[in-house]
Amino acid sequence: MPGSVLLIEDEPNIIEAISFILSRDGWRVDTHSNGIDAVDIVRQKAPDVLILDVMLPGRSGYDILRDLRDDPQTADLPVLMLTARGQAKDRELAERTGANQFMTKPFSNAEVLDAVRALSAA
Amino acid sequence: MSTLNLLIAISLGYVLLLFAVAFVAERAARQGRGSWLRAPIVYTLSLSIYCTAWTFYGAVGSAARSGLEYLTIYLGPTLVMIGWWWILRKLVRIGRSQHITSIADLLSSRYGKSNLLGIGVTILAVIGTTPYIALQLQSVTLSVEVFAVGAEETGPTQPLTAFWVATGLAVFTVIFGTRNLDVNERHHGVVMAIAVEAVVKLAALLAVGIFVVWGLSGGIGQTLERIDNSDLGLWQIDGGRWVGLTMLSAAAFLCLPRMFQVLVVENDNDAQLRTAAWAFPLYLLLMSLFIVPIAVVGLDILPEGSNPDLFVLTVPLSQGRDGLALFSFLGGLSSATSMVIVAAIALSTMVSNHVVMPIWLRVRQGMASQSGDVRHVVILSRRLSIGGVVLLGYLYYALSGGGEALATIGLVSFVGLAQVLPAMLGGIFWRGATRVGALAGLTVGFAVWHFTLFLPSFGEDMIIPAKVFESGFLGLSWLKPQALFGIEGLDPLMHAVLWSLSLNTVTFFAASLLSFPSPLERLQGAQFVNVRYAPGSARSWSGGVAEAEDLMVMAQRILGATEAQELFAQEAQRQGLGGHLPDPTPDFLESLERELSGSVGAATAHAMVGQIVGGMAVSVQDLMAVADETAQMMEYSARLEAQQGELTRTARQLRQANDKLTRLSVQKDGFLSQISHELRTPMTSIRAFSEILRDNTGMSEVDQIKYASIIHDEAVRLTRLLDDLLDLSVLENGQVNLNLNDTTLAELLDRSLASAMADGSGRAMTIVRTKAREKMSLHTDADRLTQVFINLIANARKYCDADTPRLEIRVSEIQGRHVVDFVDNGSGIAPEAQDVIFEKFARVSDQKAGGAGLGLAISREIMTRLGGEITYLPGQGGAAFRVVLPRPMALAAQ
Repeated sequence: MPGSVLLIEDEPNIIEAISFILSRDGWRVDTHSNGIDAVDIVRQKAPDVLILDVMLPGRSGYDILRDLRDDPQTADLPVLMLTARGQAKDRELAERTGANQFMTKPFSNAEVLDAVRALSAA
Repeated sequence: MSTLNLLIAISLGYVLLLFAVAFVAERAARQGRGSWLRAPIVYTLSLSIYCTAWTFYGAVGSAARSGLEYLTIYLGPTLVMIGWWWILRKLVRIGRSQHITSIADLLSSRYGKSNLLGIGVTILAVIGTTPYIALQLQSVTLSVEVFAVGAEETGPTQPLTAFWVATGLAVFTVIFGTRNLDVNERHHGVVMAIAVEAVVKLAALLAVGIFVVWGLSGGIGQTLERIDNSDLGLWQIDGGRWVGLTMLSAAAFLCLPRMFQVLVVENDNDAQLRTAAWAFPLYLLLMSLFIVPIAVVGLDILPEGSNPDLFVLTVPLSQGRDGLALFSFLGGLSSATSMVIVAAIALSTMVSNHVVMPIWLRVRQGMASQSGDVRHVVILSRRLSIGGVVLLGYLYYALSGGGEALATIGLVSFVGLAQVLPAMLGGIFWRGATRVGALAGLTVGFAVWHFTLFLPSFGEDMIIPAKVFESGFLGLSWLKPQALFGIEGLDPLMHAVLWSLSLNTVTFFAASLLSFPSPLERLQGAQFVNVRYAPGSARSWSGGVAEAEDLMVMAQRILGATEAQELFAQEAQRQGLGGHLPDPTPDFLESLERELSGSVGAATAHAMVGQIVGGMAVSVQDLMAVADETAQMMEYSARLEAQQGELTRTARQLRQANDKLTRLSVQKDGFLSQISHELRTPMTSIRAFSEILRDNTGMSEVDQIKYASIIHDEAVRLTRLLDDLLDLSVLENGQVNLNLNDTTLAELLDRSLASAMADGSGRAMTIVRTKAREKMSLHTDADRLTQVFINLIANARKYCDADTPRLEIRVSEIQGRHVVDFVDNGSGIAPEAQDVIFEKFARVSDQKAGGAGLGLAISREIMTRLGGEITYLPGQGGAAFRVVLPRPMALAAQ
């Protein structure tokens, strides 16, 4: 039973693609495209799953995630991180910061779908 | 009547000639062909403004009235030139090394850049010089009148003549005295015109003298006989008055603002002074040679009661020698005009630097670096001051009605200005002299001069009631204007000289000893007193606080853009740094301040730099350096300082290199991840949408087309990125083939603008161009150069964050190279980002503006290949890029 997803990403075409995939699967998708007030938006929308890009205008995805983990309200929020940088240290950093899943662009649509389903079920 | 017309015609012709001389000299100096302008003989001749109309006409009058006393006026300067040569040399060296602009500036600068002192001396100078200018106008009017005798117009023409003469002088001075804002404040045109006038007046006086001796008296022997027979030979010499007058004229020679202007400000090198040391006394000797014969013959042949001040004119006229009289008139005109011109320049510099500019700066507090063109304000205030000074002189003449014996007003002025002497000499020879001392001495001297000489000179009951002369001020008998402290029987002039100068000096020394100099005063004092040993090493700025960019903005407003940029670039090169901005080291701030002070005076320059640097600090080391008294110590510490400076510079270079390497390594590290990011982002969209199209059959046609277009656009983006990378790599490896062709800059800019602005999605932007300067033809790779221009224009369009974006494309020539500047009105690029923007993937803002961050890197490579250059130009208000066009290919405009 699909719930709600918040997608924080700044590349309009990628927003469109992910929204399309998830909506077709029955998810309610909210989107936001800058890093500065991302934390507030997360608190306000209280999604079931958060998809968070690393390179965001204004603030990096890692910083946002750190804030979310420090806040009891969002400490357990399932987070899928996306990055266009494929290096191992990026993955490590994501895990240290507290991402539940990490995915390197480009990804296959099925992968994203599976990941979101898995995160919401956990 | 016809003589009068002829006179006017000849005068006008003469004035036009002077304009031409000044113009030619000015142009030669500007084109760098002016080495002859600095010839010692020109300098010597320019000193002759000491001989004003007062000496030209008045010396004969003085000789006729008081015998050889007129010689004292020549004796003073002669003694200074020969005996006090070392004082002059010191003054001139200080003037050059400190960029002194006037005598007020000298005192202000020496005593801790005190503007109060500058204002004081300026006021003194204006009060002391105004009557003197009036005197010149009067002499011209009187001499014209001599020719007008018999003509119908007599009375009403008088002020009219003076008025036109004053207007003409003001115009000449404005044109040639404020033509440019030279860092050295030198006026080649004016100096040259004055040198010509010096020759004319000497020749005129000699001609009249020769005519009198050989033409009228029949030779030297008979002339001497005639002198012996006249009363002139009998007059006694009053020893005290002689010494007094000689000293007075010596003091005036050093202190008169106009003398200071030609002697110190216009001085270029020591050689000029060496020649002047013998040539100027010789000039004075020649000037005085025929004074007595003319006086004697004048008294002899002219009717009783004719004005001896005009003998130089009336003697030839009475003999029907109209031509000679005209020549002599020109001599008198030269004497008067040259004095007024130089005095007006000197005074206007003082008024503008010490009164107008400080007020202007205060009114616009803290904004000197941002608003308004300071050069414009300075020049305008100079021009207004010149007009004001000449107008004051004219008003003084018109209101006082003239008429007084010429010599008297002159001497009154001399005494007034001589009050500067103690503070000036004390300042350059005595480290203990303080600002308080100088102010106190000047005030006392000025007050005494006012009370004992200046006010009484208007006559009893004019300003000071007769009662005060009788029984003293407030009824105190020791306060009689012409008999202070009960000492009676002295000549009023000598009385005033004695009391004003001695009280002035005593007060100056006493107040200096009792007061404590500020650190800045000590530093300046050391620099002035030890001008030979410490060539400009006093430091009053603590470095590193100032923003180089703000300084640049300010310097551009005062020195002009080209000069300021050159100055900064030179300093940056000296410090071993690339680019346009040097580090604001204390040394640099000090030399920048000196450059600026050449334009606006020491106190103002100090205040302006202070506004930016935020207060000045004097370190303990600086004070120690001041305390080191002996020359050896000074030299030793200067050497240490040089070494230290070298080390500091090396350290700074290393630090900079290290910083850059660190930044580059971080960038190299980021390069792979950047490339990965730039490639993966479009690929993500492509993959996602192609999967959507594959997996979702039965999608509407509209959606299908939309998703297919996204895939297409992203594929194009990928291609463009790969093209850019390839392009850059080709350029970097030097494998590029240049496709050279002939074109014009205008054409390239047209093409670039059309291409960069074609995309309708961006914001509207105003483009400002000067098409006239773009006509130059180029032989270069037009496509490559266009690529660079397009990149710059597109960047301005993307990143300029002004409400109404505006891009100015300026074409200019700097040091023989053609440059094109692209300056927008946005917030510019932060200083720390300025040297990385040309690196690959260096995007200044976080927001994605659509580019891969390779544009400037490619542009830089292109310019290098083309033999040109592209740099960031700081301090222009917005983002500014300078493209230096390739040298051999940029041909002059057709």
